[in-house]
Amino acid sequence: MSAQPRTRASGIGRVLVAVYAVLAMAALGRSIFQIIDRFDEAPIAYSLSAAAAVVYVLATIALATGWDRLAWVTVSFELVGVLVIGTISVVVPELLGLQGASPFGPKATVWSVFGAGYLFIPLVLPVLGILWLRKRSRAAVEA
Amino acid sequence: MILPFTIVQLVLACVVGLLCVALGLAGRKPNDLTVLSVGTVGLLVIAQVVVAIVAPFVGNEPTGSLLEFWMYLGTAAIIPPLAIVWALIERNRWSNVVLGAAAFAIAVMTWRMEQIWSVQLA
Repeated sequence: MSAQPRTRASGIGRVLVAVYAVLAMAALGRSIFQIIDRFDEAPIAYSLSAAAAVVYVLATIALATGWDRLAWVTVSFELVGVLVIGTISVVVPELLGLQGASPFGPKATVWSVFGAGYLFIPLVLPVLGILWLRKRSRAAVEA
Repeated sequence: MILPFTIVQLVLACVVGLLCVALGLAGRKPNDLTVLSVGTVGLLVIAQVVVAIVAPFVGNEPTGSLLEFWMYLGTAAIIPPLAIVWALIERNRWSNVVLGAAAFAIAVMTWRMEQIWSVQLA
């Protein structure tokens, strides 16, 4: 049908890329600061936070360039991460050294309480990402 | 930071965010209104940079971490220009939604900056 290459993200996918980029910057900035400022306070949580940030950066790049395999891996990793770490941060926060930490406080990480400190965007975004990737791969099969 | 100025900035960023997202979802391409309104949000961030440099010299000291504050402010300063460049390159409805998302990001970051400057939770 269309002669345009389907490799790059287009249409609403571009919005997804933009929101991912902002979240990647937010997570990366905060995690760099936490590691410089007070890594000793919650090393496990802050390491996870840094890993999450790097994955957000990779996901942004993958979505923007149409590298679908990397996009699937990184977006799925984020969904698992926000669910697992979100649950741990609510049920057994001491496991992460986060006892008594508010999701909006200085010990908050991007995945604490399912990303509550980030308006739950970390929870919603991977779901939207997976829906969009599915739609895209289906469109590619039909084309 | 100066609270009334922060509030003006916050309200403007939210209004601009709503406007751009609404126009984008309505199918409008980026135009002078959306690009310039995000430009205004960006200019206020630059004004905030000036305020943040001058304020400590006139007795308005930050109560939180200055490093964290500047990381937010530095990032906030580059978001509107990036969104505008995006809107100029890709002239379709989704760029308006991107402009709106940038404005909302500025609103959230401004709120966090005010917190770091004057409210300490822990």
